[in-house]
Amino acid sequence: MSIIVNKNTKLIVQGITGRDGSFHAGKMKEYGTNVVGGVSPGKGGQKVEGIPVFNTVEEAVKATGANTSIIFVPAPLAADAILEASEAGIELVVAISEGIPTLDMVKVTTYLKKNGTKLIGSNCPGLISPDESLVGILPANIFLKGNVGLMSRSGTLTYEMVNQLTTSGLGQSTCVGIGGDPVAGLYYQELLQLFQEDPETKAIVLIGEIGGDAEEHAAQYIKENITKPVVAFIAGQSAPPDKRMGHAGAIISSGSGTAEEKIKAFENVGVPVARTPGEIPELLKKLMNIK
Amino acid sequence: MKIHEYQAKEIFSHYNIPVTKEVLCYSVGEVRAATEKLGLPVVVKAQVLTGGRGKAGGVKLARTLEDAKNAASQILGMDIKGYLVEKVLVAQGVKFSSEYYVGLTIDRNIKTVLFMVSSEGGVEIEEVAKDNPKAILKFPIDPDLSMTPFLARKIAFALFNDFSLVKQATVLFQKLYQIFLDTDASLVEINPLVLTDEGNLLALDGKMNFDDNALFRQKDINALLEPTEEEVKELEAKEKGLTYIRLEGSIGCMVNGAGLAMATMDMIKYYGGSPANFLDIGGSSNPQKVIDAMNLLLSDKNVKVVMINIFGGITRCDDVAHGLVAALDTIKVDIPIVVRLSGTNSKEGLEILKSANLPVVETMAEAAQMAISLC
Repeated sequence: MSIIVNKNTKLIVQGITGRDGSFHAGKMKEYGTNVVGGVSPGKGGQKVEGIPVFNTVEEAVKATGANTSIIFVPAPLAADAILEASEAGIELVVAISEGIPTLDMVKVTTYLKKNGTKLIGSNCPGLISPDESLVGILPANIFLKGNVGLMSRSGTLTYEMVNQLTTSGLGQSTCVGIGGDPVAGLYYQELLQLFQEDPETKAIVLIGEIGGDAEEHAAQYIKENITKPVVAFIAGQSAPPDKRMGHAGAIISSGSGTAEEKIKAFENVGVPVARTPGEIPELLKKLMNIK
Repeated sequence: MKIHEYQAKEIFSHYNIPVTKEVLCYSVGEVRAATEKLGLPVVVKAQVLTGGRGKAGGVKLARTLEDAKNAASQILGMDIKGYLVEKVLVAQGVKFSSEYYVGLTIDRNIKTVLFMVSSEGGVEIEEVAKDNPKAILKFPIDPDLSMTPFLARKIAFALFNDFSLVKQATVLFQKLYQIFLDTDASLVEINPLVLTDEGNLLALDGKMNFDDNALFRQKDINALLEPTEEEVKELEAKEKGLTYIRLEGSIGCMVNGAGLAMATMDMIKYYGGSPANFLDIGGSSNPQKVIDAMNLLLSDKNVKVVMINIFGGITRCDDVAHGLVAALDTIKVDIPIVVRLSGTNSKEGLEILKSANLPVVETMAEAAQMAISLC
C-alpha cells in the first residue's frame, strides 16, 4: 500500500543515538528504506550507521527533505518528540515508544490532527510494505510480498500471523502495527479504507484484543464500507476483568471491552473470526477463492 | 491504579469541592469516637479497592450510636470480592433531594477527555448505560479549549434549571477537569453528587483511577498505591522487566509480547487446558530474564507444566535458546517444560534446545497440546 510508506519515504529517526534507535536505524537502512537522518539533541554532527545526526527535527528536515519520522525516544519525552516532528512539517510519524501517558497522547493526537500530520502508534512495531519500505521494528525476514493487508494492535502476535500467512504462500501488501495504547493515531477505520482503496490489497486481516470498542466500530465500518474480504482474530478471550494485560489499552473495564463482544460484533456483520492464528490462512483462502 | 473513596474525596477537598464531613476509622472504637464527633446519623462505608460495596452490605446508615458500632463490627473484616475490609469511612449523614452522576474518562474514539453527566445518580452507571443510555449526556473536551467557563456552563445548564445550581456546577465541573489533568487520571467519578436540603451540591462518594503510564510523574499519587499481595508480585516482576498476572490454572506460560501472551493463554483454553498466568518477558533473550521468569512460574504451586512460546523477530531464537539453557543450568526444574521457538534463527535455536534434551515443537498449537497432555 504505497499511500503510507513507499519508495518516496524519506525517514528520520528520532532517538537515533539510543540502543534501540541505532539498532533499528541500521536494520531499516539495510532493508532499503531511505533513512536520511536522525535526531538527538546535543549529538548533532555525529553519524550513526552512516546516517547524519541533527540536533532538532527542523534542522533535519531542512537538510534532508525528510517527510517521515520514527520515534525511539523514551516515554516521558516521546510525546514532545512527536509534537516536534509535526511542527517541523513531517507528514507521517511512527511512534514506537511504549509507556507514553495517555493525556500526552490526547494532546498529541489533537495537535497532529490540526496540523494534518499522520500518526501510527504509539506503542507499536511500525509498518512494512514488503520489498518497498520498512518503518519500524518488524522482522523483515518473515514477510513476503503479496496481496493481504494486515492491521494489528499487537507486536509478536502480528509476526506469528504473518508467519502463518507467508508459510501458506499468502504474501502481504502492507502490515501496520497500530499499537497497544488506548489513544493512538491511525486505527482500524482509516486503515480499512486505505486497504479498500489499494489495488494491491485483495484481502484484509484485522488483529484485535480486549479493551475499548474500536473493533465493534470497525465491524460496523466494514459492513457499511468494505467489500474486500476481512478475517479477524481477537486476543484475550481468557483475560480476567480489570487487569491491564501488558498493553495500556488491553483492559476490560466495568465489564466492557471483552473479547466475546468483539468476536460477536464481527460475526454479526459476516466477518469470520479465527479461533487460533493457524486458522487464518484457511479462512482467507476460502474467501479469496484460492485452493 | 486505584485509590479509596476517602482518598479521592481528600483530593476533591484539596480543590475545594464540597464533600461530606467524614473520618477514616480502623476499629469499632474509632467509629464510636467519629460518630460522637460528627453527630447522628452517620453512614459507615467499607473502604476497599473494588466496586459493589453497597450490594455486599459494606455501606450502612446508622441512626444510633449502637447501630454505628454494630455496622462497624460487621463491616470491618468483611470480604468484599476478595478484598479484606481493614478500614471504614464514617461520613456525616446528609439530607438531600436529588442525586446526579458526574464522570470524566478518556474516550478512545474521540481521543479526548469525555465529560459525562446524568440525572440518574446514585445507581450503577453501567446499568443506566444499558437501560437508559439517553440519560447520560456526554461532552468531549477539546484539549485546546479545555473546560473553559462557557463549556462548563453549557454542561451545567444541561443538568440543572436553577441558576444557583448552574453556578455551583460550573465551578465544580471546571475543578474536576483540572483534577483529571493535574493527576493524570483515567477516571474521575462522583456518584452521587447530591443536592442537599440547604441547596448545595455535595459529593457523597468519590472515585479516581490513574494512568499507570503517568505514575512516573505523579509521585504523590503513586505514594497512595496500596497493592494486594498479588499486585506486589506483579510489581516485583515489573521491576525485572516482566509483565506478570497470575490466574488459577496449571500451565505456566512464558511468552515474548503481550498480544502473543494473551493468544497463548487463549489457545491453552481452546485445547482444553487452563493457563496459570499471563507472562510477557518482552524482547530480550537475556538469560537473567528467563531465570527470573522461570522462578516466577515455579513459585506458583498450581503450575504443573511450563510452556514457553517465543516468536523471535528481532530477538533471535538461538539467543533465547542459550538463555534458556543457561537458566536451566542455574535453577532446578522438576516439572515438564515444553518449548516452542519460531522466527529468526529458529533452526539453530531448536538444535541448541534438542541437545539439552528439552521437548521442542515448531508451532504454538503443538506446544499447547503437548503441555496439556503433560499436565
